[in-house]
Amino acid sequence: MASTAEKKGFWSVIWEYLTTVDHKKIAILYLIAGGIFFLMGGIEAMLIRLQLAIPNNDFLSAGLFNEVLTMHGTTMIFLAAMPLLFAFMNATVPLQIGARDVAFPFLNSLGVWLFIFGGIFLNLSWVMGGAPDAGWTSYASLAIDSPGHGIDFYAIGLQITGFGTLISGINFITTIITMRAPGMTYMRMPLMTWTTLVASVLIVFAFPPLTIGIFLLMFDRMFGSSFFLVETGGNTIIWEHLFWIFGHPEVYILILPAFGIFSEIFSTFSRKRLFGYSAMVFATVLIGFFGFMVWAHHMFTVGLGPTANAIFAIATMAIAVPTGIKIFNWIATVWGGSIEFTTPMLYALAFIPSFVMGGVTGVMQAAAPADYQYHDSYFIVAHFHYVIVGGVVFGLLAGLHYYWPLMFATMLNETLGKISFALFVTGFHVTFLIQHFLGLWGMPRRVFTFLDGQGYNTANLVSTIGAFMMALAVIILLVNIVMTVAQNKRVARDPWGDGRTLEWSLPLPVPYYNFAQTPLIRGLDAYWIEKKENNGQMLPAESLDDFHMPNNSILPFIISAGLFIAGFGALYLASGREWAIEAVSDLPQHPWAIWVLITGLLITFISMGIRSWKDDLGYYVTKEEVLNDLEEQERGGK
Amino acid sequence: MAEMEYNVPSERWPSHPETATHEGKNKFYGFWIFLAGETTLFASLFATYLALKDSVPGDDHLLAADLFALELAFVMTMFLLTSSLTSVFAVHHMRNNNFSKMQLWLGITVLLGLGFLSLEIYEFIEYTHLGHTFRSSAFGSAFYFLLGTHGAHVVFGLIWITMLIIRNAKRGLSVYTAAKVHTAALYWHFIDVVWVFIFTIVYLLGVV
Repeated sequence: MASTAEKKGFWSVIWEYLTTVDHKKIAILYLIAGGIFFLMGGIEAMLIRLQLAIPNNDFLSAGLFNEVLTMHGTTMIFLAAMPLLFAFMNATVPLQIGARDVAFPFLNSLGVWLFIFGGIFLNLSWVMGGAPDAGWTSYASLAIDSPGHGIDFYAIGLQITGFGTLISGINFITTIITMRAPGMTYMRMPLMTWTTLVASVLIVFAFPPLTIGIFLLMFDRMFGSSFFLVETGGNTIIWEHLFWIFGHPEVYILILPAFGIFSEIFSTFSRKRLFGYSAMVFATVLIGFFGFMVWAHHMFTVGLGPTANAIFAIATMAIAVPTGIKIFNWIATVWGGSIEFTTPMLYALAFIPSFVMGGVTGVMQAAAPADYQYHDSYFIVAHFHYVIVGGVVFGLLAGLHYYWPLMFATMLNETLGKISFALFVTGFHVTFLIQHFLGLWGMPRRVFTFLDGQGYNTANLVSTIGAFMMALAVIILLVNIVMTVAQNKRVARDPWGDGRTLEWSLPLPVPYYNFAQTPLIRGLDAYWIEKKENNGQMLPAESLDDFHMPNNSILPFIISAGLFIAGFGALYLASGREWAIEAVSDLPQHPWAIWVLITGLLITFISMGIRSWKDDLGYYVTKEEVLNDLEEQERGGK
Repeated sequence: MAEMEYNVPSERWPSHPETATHEGKNKFYGFWIFLAGETTLFASLFATYLALKDSVPGDDHLLAADLFALELAFVMTMFLLTSSLTSVFAVHHMRNNNFSKMQLWLGITVLLGLGFLSLEIYEFIEYTHLGHTFRSSAFGSAFYFLLGTHGAHVVFGLIWITMLIIRNAKRGLSVYTAAKVHTAALYWHFIDVVWVFIFTIVYLLGVV
């Protein structure tokens, strides 16, 4: 079966990736697709900053600015940050817990294809009549009347990616519950695995409310319902609640895995056990729990009343406690350690002050009366970019450098990495620090331009210059990636030299079955223990024997493609119908749309039926093949 | 070789065949987690319904108290609750390695589900004639979305169980097919639990 060593043709590699159920290859798919969307979101950010560089600018028109701004937020959150985190979760979690794959390899593949098709669907809006323009929060009061199909692209695109995310969340929880190697107790799991578990639980509980919210929006705009239409009894605040019941946990879904990446990096490059491991675990769980009780702090100015505002204000402030525990534990981990300043470590160190600044402004906004001043100003923009760029994006860049050898068996160039680090971090602070002041001086967010003589000119120019520094840093990172791939200088087991957790005990490139023998885990930092107390080899928990692996399948791709096709059907079905919202009913009718919808849904459901109908028993990797591989590694090692 | 393992001889038939294999165990845990997600999905729907209940544009629109009759809802409840019980019988026979009885009870479950579904369709048609539609008011939208989502789950469950009956007819009972049947039964129970909440929140609360 699938031996990775042999040279393959271009098309067979493509076919392999279309059908793969291997978590390591799916991680690469997430990384590539998420990376491309990250670049698109970045270009959109540059357009925003160019437009705002000088007063009264006409680089972008007001309408186009709204579209760019909406797509920047939506792309970065749903199509860049989350998939890139999924890339690292997929690449590491099964290896960290000693599993040969995830619990549901088929669903893992379905998750990535749903995400990719949903992302493409959303972005096709640019060339098919205009992108969504109601902000990434798409408040119903704005979105309902948005002309054209932009909002419908947003709704259907996010619905498709959302299914993928939900499926991935379920998959990770099950994997972590059932697939741990012998001895890998919950309190021995690396922090990356713990944060993945908690983030996945948040996904399972946070995404369904978004699904419902989006359905309400779709039905109102396209099928004549009146959930948000006040004149027929509707209420637009329902959207705000549903969106933020999803939206606030969403920011923890993003930041927790980044915390996990940082925890691994701090302890590896300080050559110390993570300080306060159990406190870190409980802080993670606590953050996840509180994450569901604070959504209304996004709605302080809606008018929910002083009681509701007070409760949500206090709950929000409470989150600072477990987060503070984490910050101090990281500092204590580094404290007195034998520190190595690699690129991932630099990002991790820069993350602490940057994220704390974002956290402090967060607590400021948690004070509901004060929030009336900050609300809808650039202060908010500065705050969430400090936590999302200073937290999540730093985490992603740190993770990219740190886990690159695990995923590709090569190392990114450290010099270029450090140059791009210096530029990115400097550029980040230049861009966003000044935006706090812009906000306090009164500049509202989401405006496409500002007038001369209001005192905003210099600050906006500074912010734009900072954005260009970040863009340059990303370009250097891309050069680094291209160079590394082109040189293809292979590294061997434990490339950082100080790997502590199980994933670094594996030979590189990692065999497709991960572990020749399931390892026995003897404590936290399993690999480090074997290095210090043994010969640096994991002890096996089973004898060398045949083992079971899942079959590849093209069905996940087809199921996702079916939904993608059905999405266009649903979208154009509403065009020009009298029941649709005015913005959509003015468009020309498309009588073929219903057939597209039916065809797409049939493709999806028939594929699901085939999946259920056929026995899929997987295959066995034989003892002989594993022995061969082990011998080859031994020879390569010498 | 692989196929052999799933076909456990009857003397070694496990008491919980659905979780006898590693895949079966994964399915069991994974599906419970999926149902947790489904619970928040329906919680959001219930919240939306409660927020928009009786929210109509004018006096000429029917309200919950004018529409709902407990008699029909009671009969529907009986159909669905009984079908949940028959699916328990099916799982019981699955655990006893009695394939034909399992198939029989699954078939009865589908028939009862169909009974529920026809009554629901009848109910929707009645309401539509009275002017209470998906498009007539926010109340209508919320009502049909909540019950429609539940109804869609029933339809999906019926197709699922029917397909399992047909596909397993040739294959018989193995620990591989047992996991599939058990998952479908879990789903069917969940649909039933949601209906209990619908009965309480929509119908009982509607008539008081």
